[in-house]
Amino acid sequence: MRDFSYFRAASTEEASRAMLDAGAMLLAGGTTLLDLAKCGVSEPDTLVDITHLAGLGDIAVDANGATIGALAKMGEVADHPGVKAAFPAVAQSLSLAASAQLRNMATIGGNLLQRTRCSYFREPGVFPACNKRNPGSGCSAIGGVTRNHAVLGTSRACIAVNPGDLAVALVAFDAYVEMGRRRVAIEDLYMLPGETPDWETVLKNGEIITGIGIPASVAAKNSTYLKVRDRQSYEFAAASAAVGIEFEADGKTVRDIRVALGGVATKPWRARAVEQSLIGTVLDVEAVEKASRLSMEGAVSHGGNSYKIELAPRVVARAILTMGGLA
Amino acid sequence: MTRTIHLSLDINGKRHELDVEPRVTLLDALRESLALTGTKKGCDQGQCGACTCHVDGKRVLSCLTLAAQVEGRQITTIEGIAAENGDLHPVQAAFIENDAFQCGYCTPGQIMSAVACIREGHAGSEEEIREYMSGNLCRCGAYNSIVAAVREAASAVTTGIEAKDKVEVA
Repeated sequence: MRDFSYFRAASTEEASRAMLDAGAMLLAGGTTLLDLAKCGVSEPDTLVDITHLAGLGDIAVDANGATIGALAKMGEVADHPGVKAAFPAVAQSLSLAASAQLRNMATIGGNLLQRTRCSYFREPGVFPACNKRNPGSGCSAIGGVTRNHAVLGTSRACIAVNPGDLAVALVAFDAYVEMGRRRVAIEDLYMLPGETPDWETVLKNGEIITGIGIPASVAAKNSTYLKVRDRQSYEFAAASAAVGIEFEADGKTVRDIRVALGGVATKPWRARAVEQSLIGTVLDVEAVEKASRLSMEGAVSHGGNSYKIELAPRVVARAILTMGGLA
Repeated sequence: MTRTIHLSLDINGKRHELDVEPRVTLLDALRESLALTGTKKGCDQGQCGACTCHVDGKRVLSCLTLAAQVEGRQITTIEGIAAENGDLHPVQAAFIENDAFQCGYCTPGQIMSAVACIREGHAGSEEEIREYMSGNLCRCGAYNSIVAAVREAASAVTTGIEAKDKVEVA
């Protein structure tokens, strides 16, 4: 790991100013940043430590929804009784992610900005070509081992998966991100790779995520996060789904349904086609399985990841059927 | 040119002064600067749990924590959990009793993780222990005995440990 200087910011404003320097990076939980610094992917000149700032770690839940400070730890949010009651899919997405130790370190703001686990991205010494690391250098993953790569939202420049779980649940329930003076819908925070995969979010230079908000809804309260992976625990998703359903007064007709996918796309992926095809219907196994296949509209296989195109709709279907009392 | 920063770290109830480069992790500071080598370096990338320590009573990975970040926090390592008279912590005793290791390299991290796992209330069943201990890998595969040790220690938790934990967090 290359050496860097360390600066402990006394306020968000001070941190924001320090971040205007080229080569400055924000240090919160450090679980992604220090890992990537050791890989030689991140080479900061200065780390701006914001972990000592007060007031950015609060978690509040009321009838309108939840507000969560950017420095709240993953584990704190996962275990928060109010979050668990009003947003089960959000709490589950966190408790099913990483390990207990990492959840005690990693912050909510940092979690939303975690980098891809693409093994070509993470090995600059062996694979110099990576458009995300080094724009214009090419993509080592395309034509390589692609078992863990995206099938949705890819481009000819990049097929790296966004590895998050929390962001998937947040996209399903129309959460937003606070960045000091402005607020951005979580779905709009992330950019598709296109020709510029190095540009991952709409955050501007010096902008700092200060918190997130999740509006309360019946669908969010009646929700689940299903994560399928290569080992039972402490693993990224092969495919995952956040699903929430609100039924009409008859208890069976779908009034509102939210579906988002993880582990298969270059950004947290809202599956609106699935939602639209099920609103107003009474759930049955055949219809749900058919609707779930709409989540793969536009999916592209790169060989090793073709199984995801089969797996993801099944994960979506199982999550919907579970919430509908049919699984 | 090597720039160093001065740090005061509170480890196992004792203040340590050291000068290190800003990039030095808590793990390297413990092992290389302070000769506290009980904390092990496995993967050094947050994947194995061998370096697990407690910061303000919470289990964390010292390989992904900068030493500079934990100034002012209470750090506990494997060297700090036995009683002052040398009596082993009940989790340490349970690991010996259940033969919960082979080579022993992951053991300090397993024990630090298990102490926290029990304190968090996540050691209620074998299934729960497996889930909440999943961040600690054992390449010898001593998992069955580790789970047995954590179960035994969880049921043996005494008021004495509770008192010690409170001191640690304070």
